[in-house]
Amino acid sequence: MFSFLVKRLLQSVVVLVAVALIAFSLFKFVGDPINNMVGQDTTLEEREALRESLGLNDPFHQQFYNFMVNAAVGDFGISYRHKVPVSDLIAERAPATLELSIISALLSIFIGIPMGVYTAINRSGFLSRSFMTVSLVGISLPTFLIGILFIFFFGVILRWLPTFGRGEVVALGWWTTGLLTWSGIKSLILPSITLALFQMTLIMRLVRTEMLEVLCTDYIKFARARGLHERAVNFGHALKNTLIPVITIIGLQLGLVMAFAIITETVFQWPGMGMLFIQAIEEVDVPVMAAYLMMISLIFVAINLLVDILYAFVDPRLTIDGGSKHG
Amino acid sequence: MAKSSSNSKLKQFFEGDLWHEFTHSPVAWISFSIMFLCLILATFAPYIAPFNIFDLAAIDLMDADLPPPWAGEDGDMRFPLGTDDQGRDIWSGILYGAQISIFVGFTSVIISAIIGIALGLLAGYKGGRVDSFIMRVADIQLSFPAILIALLIDGVMRGLLPRESHDELAIYVLIFAISISGWVQYARTIRGSVMVEKHKEYVQAGQVIGLPQSIIAVRHILPNVLNPIFVIGTIHLASAIITEATLSFLGVGMSPTTPSLGTLIRIGNEYLLSGEWWITIFPGAALVILVLSVNIFGDWLRDALNPKLR
Repeated sequence: MFSFLVKRLLQSVVVLVAVALIAFSLFKFVGDPINNMVGQDTTLEEREALRESLGLNDPFHQQFYNFMVNAAVGDFGISYRHKVPVSDLIAERAPATLELSIISALLSIFIGIPMGVYTAINRSGFLSRSFMTVSLVGISLPTFLIGILFIFFFGVILRWLPTFGRGEVVALGWWTTGLLTWSGIKSLILPSITLALFQMTLIMRLVRTEMLEVLCTDYIKFARARGLHERAVNFGHALKNTLIPVITIIGLQLGLVMAFAIITETVFQWPGMGMLFIQAIEEVDVPVMAAYLMMISLIFVAINLLVDILYAFVDPRLTIDGGSKHG
Repeated sequence: MAKSSSNSKLKQFFEGDLWHEFTHSPVAWISFSIMFLCLILATFAPYIAPFNIFDLAAIDLMDADLPPPWAGEDGDMRFPLGTDDQGRDIWSGILYGAQISIFVGFTSVIISAIIGIALGLLAGYKGGRVDSFIMRVADIQLSFPAILIALLIDGVMRGLLPRESHDELAIYVLIFAISISGWVQYARTIRGSVMVEKHKEYVQAGQVIGLPQSIIAVRHILPNVLNPIFVIGTIHLASAIITEATLSFLGVGMSPTTPSLGTLIRIGNEYLLSGEWWITIFPGAALVILVLSVNIFGDWLRDALNPKLR
């Protein structure tokens, strides 16, 4: 168990260092950071002094080390375009993305699981079949198209809901929230459903498959033979065992919500971190790109590590053969 | 000699199970026909499209923002699906856009497959350290969603390239990003099959007569493990087209001067709120038809080739 944990931890560190190297090479090879920081009328001597003071003349490994140390405390320098520290930019945008992601994750869990259970229990019902068909379309359609269709239908034709921005937000210290105003909540509806839809269909299909498998096992047959109520069998016995593997996989899925938020944010002009990143790519704003690269890798590596550890606790066999969950 | 053997192979195919299943499954031949039609339309776009959207002289700003003739009063019969903000014919745009989307999708799938097959073969045949290194990298890559990897590679590449060349190099950046994000599936499948194959007698026979390892791996094992690649490739094609469309929609893919379907949707999206729905809805519908037909055909192919489901 211990060696498994150490192995996984080491692997995560290697991934993060590799990503950091890529992010750092962006700084090294894209344009001249000095040119991006000073005006036209700076003399050569001043530039050289700045270069020296920023440590740009240091050897490569020294610079990379400095980059890593700064990155570890969240310091990625100053955005070339916005001229403010990247950490401030991210802190300003983070609440929008986190609010959207959390609401979508909750939606996909609390709608996806019941739908999955329902379709597993009433396998051939009309409603189950329509759920399955709709989920197939949900998986096949790209997220951005679903968003556009929502905008077209609810925003342009019906004119029910706002189609861009966060609406009015309330500041709670450094955190801004749209959940306390009516317009904020209305603005959240379309983006969060768009973002939740894909995960929802995935969770529904997953729960359905697991549940169907559990319903075929012997102990369920015995429970039925003992004359237990259908409801007691389904929810008391079957659901419990279905949810163990589902919980770990859902954890992994939640990381995806953050990633897919990039697309949803662009469609709905949602002022979050994803949109910041896309704009940074378009304008080659290297500090912002590097920061986002590091942040999203950190989130994914952390989630994967956590899920692996959870798996190891749930199923100790995995730690024996080298710790690969894929066999 | 060669001709008769290829003839008998064709005969084998038409008398085989796959062809029989295909002709008896409406889902299969309808989705295949739609897919094939899309392919033909896109390939011959320059001959089919009524307007050349790259020819600035053929575009008239007076024709801008016309709705389809059957949906609005001021439509023009020359533009069956209306025009965009610069007076370009939407139908022609879709044909040329689909050509770029399908080209990027196909090329990426082929490159992914080549990388995946090579690494899978290497890992499966060599085993040991090489194997665990390649599969570790695959595991790590698989823990990130493919679209995110493609987006990150695309972003990094754009950062590293000079800004002036972004538009002309966009298609290569896209193909590179999508290819690199998709090789894992191929590698895992090939590796699994190779590990089964390499203990068979014909491989041992090859080793006994002293054939070089590379010859055994490529000439003898490879042909026996390639079958599942077609299923993976078909399903990957759909997701590669979606990835391309998504990146172009986000504004980090094809430029508006050489638009793919995703770029067309992005352009149209700006006009959606002012009621000019046709600029974005028709390219969107084209993308859905293309992706759905490829996906459904791929699903059918997977089931038809899987003996367990028979």
